[in-house]
Amino acid sequence: MLNEYLKQKLDGESLLLMTHCVVGYPSLDANWRMLACMQKAGVSLVELQLPFSEPIADGPVFVKANQAALKQGLRWHEYFDFMAKAAREFDIPLLFMGYYNSVFCMGQDNFCERLKTAGAHGYIIADLPPEEATELDNHAQSQGLDSIHLMTPTSTDARLKDIARNASGFIYCVARKGVTGSKTELDAGISRYIERCRAVTQLPVALGFGIKTPEDISILKGHVDIAIIGTACLEAWEHGGEGKYMQFLQSLHQATLA
Amino acid sequence: MSQHQLQQLFEFEAGREGFFGEFGGAYIPEILHETIAELTTVFNAAHKDPAFWQSYIDLMSTYSCRPTPISYCDNLSALYGVQIYLKREDLNQTGAHKINNVMGQGLLVKRMGKKRVIAETGAGQHGVATATMAAKMGFDCTIYMGAEDVERQRPNVFWMEQLGAEVVVVEDGARTLKDAINSAMRDWAGSMSDTHYVLGTVCGPHPFPLMVTWFQSIIGQEAREQMLTQVGALPKRIYACVGGGSNASGIFCGFLDDEGVELVAVEAGGLGLDSHQHAARIASDDAEIGVAQGYKTYFIQDKEGQMQDTHSISAGLDYIGVGPILARLHQQGRVRFEAATDNEVIDAFRVLVKNEGIIAALESTHAVAQALKEAPQLNQTDKILINLSGRGDKDIFTIADALQDKKWNEFLKNKAKNL
Ligand SMILES: Cc1ncc(COP(=O)(O)O)c(C=O)c1O
Repeated sequence: MLNEYLKQKLDGESLLLMTHCVVGYPSLDANWRMLACMQKAGVSLVELQLPFSEPIADGPVFVKANQAALKQGLRWHEYFDFMAKAAREFDIPLLFMGYYNSVFCMGQDNFCERLKTAGAHGYIIADLPPEEATELDNHAQSQGLDSIHLMTPTSTDARLKDIARNASGFIYCVARKGVTGSKTELDAGISRYIERCRAVTQLPVALGFGIKTPEDISILKGHVDIAIIGTACLEAWEHGGEGKYMQFLQSLHQATLA
Repeated sequence: MSQHQLQQLFEFEAGREGFFGEFGGAYIPEILHETIAELTTVFNAAHKDPAFWQSYIDLMSTYSCRPTPISYCDNLSALYGVQIYLKREDLNQTGAHKINNVMGQGLLVKRMGKKRVIAETGAGQHGVATATMAAKMGFDCTIYMGAEDVERQRPNVFWMEQLGAEVVVVEDGARTLKDAINSAMRDWAGSMSDTHYVLGTVCGPHPFPLMVTWFQSIIGQEAREQMLTQVGALPKRIYACVGGGSNASGIFCGFLDDEGVELVAVEAGGLGLDSHQHAARIASDDAEIGVAQGYKTYFIQDKEGQMQDTHSISAGLDYIGVGPILARLHQQGRVRFEAATDNEVIDAFRVLVKNEGIIAALESTHAVAQALKEAPQLNQTDKILINLSGRGDKDIFTIADALQDKKWNEFLKNKAKNL
């Protein structure tokens, strides 16, 4: 499972990168080229977001992307076909990212089955609290899928423990209050927060929300195991296409080494 | 006072807090967990504190004309052959039942020591009510409103701004109430340390459905007592319109223990249920159980759980979901769900205003329309009670449009010309 893969990778590299695609935006073809860039640039994990009409945890850039993908008619079968194709072609482990209604409407068993068949490694569900996730998590983990749980700076220590209980793969630490997109100030508060998270789990720790620049990546080195870059990647694509996207990913990866 | 079943709503099985049968819950991004936990604690303490409810009653009786009267409709009763009573929520401060919930939450905000309130609004009634509360209680206030609703309800936007609120126009999604809720949740996810989200109806994550039901139960508690003391009998049926379901939950809750009282919830039938252009989550076959906006209920969604556009002549009923407590009461057979179409509503609006001199909100008129439709089933002596949730002044543009009032159009043209 992911835990092993990540620990192995972390033997060689001190900070890994996880990136993000809203599947179907700007197009499946563009998503494919994004994945090719990620692989070339040395990305270690990628979230494939299944678009949802009510993405309450997302900021404006991803809200727009979710809507546009749905408007262009993205359906489950295209999402899973894309995932399956990507899993065959690329070496980067793929994660489902989305909202609980998709899982609920698909049915938990069907959801896990489809993830397995498509070659995904696990899932991140933005609006499923750990106490409601127990059944899904148990079922998924028995099938070798990781359930990634989110910790936040507002969580009490007791809550962090609850979140850690059924988590697997790694922990997704939300860097700040708010939704995806806007910039995060990385300060001393963050390292205290990461220490609190580490105190309740042995799993690798990832930090996301508002990580935007190579400088951010440099600051995170030594604090977390994985840096998550979502909105900033999509913005690079929107501003400068594939060339800018590739350049941006390479600059991030460079910062993990320097 | 008979309130056994209302109190029972507060009793959850272990590990099932916030669920009413399979409906409800708190499906929220983790970042909101602690804020929701704080709110739940403060709400539970207030619920157990009789002094809190008394302070709420006192505030509402001096600031919002409570108890609102019930009016007997002698002309309509004669016309339709049944005894028709209206619970006059339209006589509230700001013209709708929305103020009940808002002032109650305002008192909780004071207890929590927060300085800013945010809210979504559809018709604009809840936004105006929240802005009013913020002005009175001294909070900063931001209101999220879908762009389409801003177009339908400009007068309410004007008043919110006069009341000192910032109105943010939401361009996402269908540009209506559901999108305003998403935007308010996103604001809250960043601002919760000093901000309270005043959700306007009995939807969203726990504790909102229960909390808003509790504040709105003031309607039903008054109405039951008024029927007994002023009319001498309980009604045979009660009608209320359902957007999210707060005015319906409020009046129904007074009568849950009275098994002889039939509770009828009226959804927006829009252009007709067959047209699929409506907002009937339970009365139509177009909805499925799903999870969105923090809670589980019937949503107007497709097979893959994507929310579909809804339609209603009334912005306040134009919403994808329905309160989880009402969904549960429907499942238990305690509440019957029906729908009234846009056209039926316009007809009922004219009947009510001409015969009783009451300008009702289009939302509330759905309940009137359904009651009039069902009148032939009832006897001359049967009593029915309709919750008139709000007044219709805000709907002047929509109604004049629907009635194709030429003089109004000319007035608008002249106004526009002189700008
Ligand atoms: C007058 C009036 N009635 C009813 C509603 C619908 O809301 P609810 O179902 O929560 O009562 C609204 C919503 O804006 C309203 O303004």
